[in-house]
Amino acid sequence: MSLLIDLVLLAMLALTALRIVFLKDLFAVVMLFGIYSFLSAVIFVNLDAVDVAFTEASVGAGISAVLMLVTLALTERKEVEDKRPKLMPFLAVVLTGSVLIYGTVDMPDFGHSNNPVHEHVAPRYIETSPTEIGLPNMVTSVLASYRGFDTLGETFVVFSALVGVLALLGIRRKGDEDDTPGAHESPFETHSVLSTVAKLLIPLVVLFALYVQFHGDFGPGGGFQAGVIAAAALILYSLVFNLDSAFKVVPPKLLIFLAPFGALLYASVGLVSMARGGNFLDYNVLAADPVAGQHIGIIVIELGVGITVFAVMLSIFYAFASQAAFKRSGGTR
Amino acid sequence: MDYITDHYNYWIVIFLMMVGFYIVITANNLVKKIVGLNIFQTSVFMMYISFGKITGGSAPILADGIDTYSNPLPHVLILTAIVVGVATTAVGLSLIIRIKRAYGSVEENELEEKDLQDLNNHSVHQSASTQQLNKDVAL
Repeated sequence: MSLLIDLVLLAMLALTALRIVFLKDLFAVVMLFGIYSFLSAVIFVNLDAVDVAFTEASVGAGISAVLMLVTLALTERKEVEDKRPKLMPFLAVVLTGSVLIYGTVDMPDFGHSNNPVHEHVAPRYIETSPTEIGLPNMVTSVLASYRGFDTLGETFVVFSALVGVLALLGIRRKGDEDDTPGAHESPFETHSVLSTVAKLLIPLVVLFALYVQFHGDFGPGGGFQAGVIAAAALILYSLVFNLDSAFKVVPPKLLIFLAPFGALLYASVGLVSMARGGNFLDYNVLAADPVAGQHIGIIVIELGVGITVFAVMLSIFYAFASQAAFKRSGGTR
Repeated sequence: MDYITDHYNYWIVIFLMMVGFYIVITANNLVKKIVGLNIFQTSVFMMYISFGKITGGSAPILADGIDTYSNPLPHVLILTAIVVGVATTAVGLSLIIRIKRAYGSVEENELEEKDLQDLNNHSVHQSASTQQLNKDVAL
């Protein structure tokens, strides 16, 4: 049954991707991309990757699509027809694809438990992590403890992406030298159905984000997902009401402080464990009992990840949305 | 039939990867190119998660009565890759917004035309100033 679901969903995914190739209306392309992300999240659930599905559903179908739509608002909605011949690219793609398909002949069969990928460290993670780390969710154990150094790097990559976006765009605030009044008003503000539903939903979304943050050790979830969900709540808020109200709830200055704060909080756990005589990010030394130490370390670093991801996602949205608000007010630059 | 189900996931992954690749090469609009890159990226995610699956296994969260868990390692790698992926997509999109401001367009052929025009204007300007310089020297 699971195999049948896999076959059907993957075929739907392939069809969605194929449709995107031929569409010239970019709004439809972005909508199809949202569907594509959501379908892949469902496939991840079917392939037992619940944590990944969680992330893909909130990031791919949520944040990516919103950022792309804002970009469309700032550029064009239709793709211009291109007269260049498409034969050579098509041949290049078919050739590359057939070489890769030839490569799959040697690939290990899908779903067999004796595949090479299940032979090395994975059995150790599965067998010893519940007693060594003391958490039922093995993905969190591997992410936060065994591969903690790797995750620290990822957190800093997310932070440096924010630095890139702010260097390129910056966040335009009301009262900037070339701003005009009324620029940040939302077209939905007078829409009473939307604003009532949003008011009801937003506290629940924030509550859910906190649940995902602190329950990630036991069920699917963790800092990455929680940060994105909390950012999505505020993105919804600023879409339905307006950007200025969102600036009042979470000021951009606070976000610019929070983004490096989370990443540094993560790194400081490593320094504390070094000061207590362990290796960098070795949580065993954080408390008298190694398992309790692991718990403290994982909660703090997941919090750091959550804060950084939340701050980065929301400030990226602020940067994009304030450009669009500026353009709507008739700005020329 | 077994051969097909044993390799089906890999074939779809390759198909998606090639669709993404084709969009990146042929799309004229830069936003569509980013969508193509994202499809390419998701196909790699799909490949890793397919590697980790064990038929009859369960999600890698400890529970009573379950003895086969799928491999948690690919899940960890892809979970962080998705978040890093959206962050880099945001950088790409903000580059597009800057290109729009500088060129007034985000279509590849129009950008090329503008670049060629600028180049021609520049070289015309330069050859004129060289002639002026030669005149000055001759005088």
